[in-house]
Amino acid sequence: MKFKRLLRMLALLAAFTVVAAACGGSDSASGGGDGSGADCEAGETDGDLAIFNWSEYMDPDLKTAFTDEFGVNVTEDNYDSNEAMQPIISAGGSGYDFIVPSDYMVSILIDEGDIQALNKDAIPNIGNLLPEFASGLPFDPDATYTAPYQWGTTGLGVDLSVTGEDVPRSWGLVFDGDLAAEYNLEGSYATLLNDPRETMGAALKYLGYSLNTTSDAELDEAKKLIIDAKDRLTAYESDQYDELLVTGESVVAHGYSGNFIVQFGEAENADDYTYFVPDEGGTRWVDNMAIPADAPHPCTAHTFINFLLDAERGAQLTNWNFYASPNEAAGEFIDPEVLEDPIVYPTDTSKLEFISDTGDFEINFSDAFIEAKG
Amino acid sequence: MSTTRQLRGGTRWALSLNAFLVYLFFYAPIALLVFYSFSDDPLVGRWGGFTLGWYRDFGENQEVQNALSVSVKVAIISTLVSVVLGTMAALALERYRFRGNRFFDALLYLPVIVPDVTMAVMMLLFFTEGLSLVNTVFGTNLAKGLATVSLSHIAFSISFVSIVVRARLNGMNEKLEEAAQDLYASRWQAFRHVTLPQIMPGVVGGGLLALTLSLDDVVITQFVSGPGATTLPVYVFGLIRRGVSPLINAVSVVMLAASILLVVLSLVAQRARGESAA
Repeated sequence: MKFKRLLRMLALLAAFTVVAAACGGSDSASGGGDGSGADCEAGETDGDLAIFNWSEYMDPDLKTAFTDEFGVNVTEDNYDSNEAMQPIISAGGSGYDFIVPSDYMVSILIDEGDIQALNKDAIPNIGNLLPEFASGLPFDPDATYTAPYQWGTTGLGVDLSVTGEDVPRSWGLVFDGDLAAEYNLEGSYATLLNDPRETMGAALKYLGYSLNTTSDAELDEAKKLIIDAKDRLTAYESDQYDELLVTGESVVAHGYSGNFIVQFGEAENADDYTYFVPDEGGTRWVDNMAIPADAPHPCTAHTFINFLLDAERGAQLTNWNFYASPNEAAGEFIDPEVLEDPIVYPTDTSKLEFISDTGDFEINFSDAFIEAKG
Repeated sequence: MSTTRQLRGGTRWALSLNAFLVYLFFYAPIALLVFYSFSDDPLVGRWGGFTLGWYRDFGENQEVQNALSVSVKVAIISTLVSVVLGTMAALALERYRFRGNRFFDALLYLPVIVPDVTMAVMMLLFFTEGLSLVNTVFGTNLAKGLATVSLSHIAFSISFVSIVVRARLNGMNEKLEEAAQDLYASRWQAFRHVTLPQIMPGVVGGGLLALTLSLDDVVITQFVSGPGATTLPVYVFGLIRRGVSPLINAVSVVMLAASILLVVLSLVAQRARGESAA
């Protein structure tokens, strides 16, 4: 009897899922950017601005300043991951005008037709960008759909009170047991990101390969390296690696630059910690400004992008959130202590690589990572 | 009392230990949460001296205040509406026999067993398709926001309210209503003066459950909210990603205090009613 009832409920549930899937299918087909860009002029506004952004990533004073200058209200809502933002934008009708997806998520949003091409005529300040950002990035090769917001790196955070000050800037601290032992690193002391591209990428970089490799042999070598490091790892951790480091749970942590700088700033003994991109190289990531395909107020959004790409505004953003600015003109307005901080601005960017979409090879990264984790 | 006396020493000892461990398991995390909300150290889990600074931040942070006001509005709207609709549904299913009774019965339980994420995706698609249809037909410019969040909370709360109310209705003597009607009470009068007072604890209990569910929900809210409709739990969830600060503890303590206050108030209200009736 009970079983029968349960069965009936399951059947209902299945029916709902089918309906939902059907709706979803029709929706993604209908949406899409046309590639031509909205018909807006520089400084034009067509209504209030609704921002959908990472939390604590936008200086509230910038929103107020935008309201004062253009007379439109600004509301901001936050998401905690690209994956939380994407379904809301992809479903359509989100009501947001401005979003900040990270690099690989831009590729996905473009493929799904969820973001619209930017009208560069409405964004004259786009000329303020550093040439390396202005010419297009791997996820948006012609810079058609996005303009960079802030950028940072992925590297290692280290507790110097354990290793000593003269620690080598190398991925070997994780991957080479003998080197690690020279710096008091024993037992399990390290965390790696729970992310196939980042962690396989770190191992590839240590081996001297590109982190965008499409060679099975190179990937296999990287996988073996991670398996060998297993005993030295405390966890694969993507969220709290910085807290684990400053609370002494780990000594070496793989993670993102901005998180470390904020965490170190709050630590009592800030001088005990450092962050660097190892000399073998590492990842450079970019968060980008984009306008959803069905944004209700695309012209206001264009004006806002132009507003943020202004030299002084861009500097204000970096001075507030401690992530590096892609804005060349902003350089002179950024606080010298931020600009000279090698954690924010690595001295040598030549060894950094963007994670680019490897297409069909992407699954090999996931598989290798799963096998490496065991 | 008599049963405890019959228990032999060992069993009794084991039971007390078990009870102690269960309470410890329930309340130790809450005690820690409250404790660290007064800690003057930006890292949760390290004591840095006593401070009320995080509560001041809570009061001064405009984003938190906005999220709080959205949460309160949604909770009040969804509780009131779901209590009325849930009670009506409970009455209909419990007191009347009609075609498809069992079908609707099963249907009502669905939101309780469907996983949050599934429900969230269904709601997201429903509101997206629905709003775009309405907007094309009537030329309006409606978007997701406070209204869609409230509607979705009402949708999942109705089931819980009606389950609680039905349990109460089930234990109530139907003859009381029949007696009232024999004494020339209209249906409404019978409901208002006989049935409702009898099921009131169920209605209040269901309402409190709805209120709690609405104040707690993250997954569904995150999917169906729109510009300017971020609720407090969703905001807190976003903050955690950027590192846990005791501000989150302070926010949680305030929410906890509010929930405890609500429960105490409802107990007091029920007791007062019981005494005045006696």
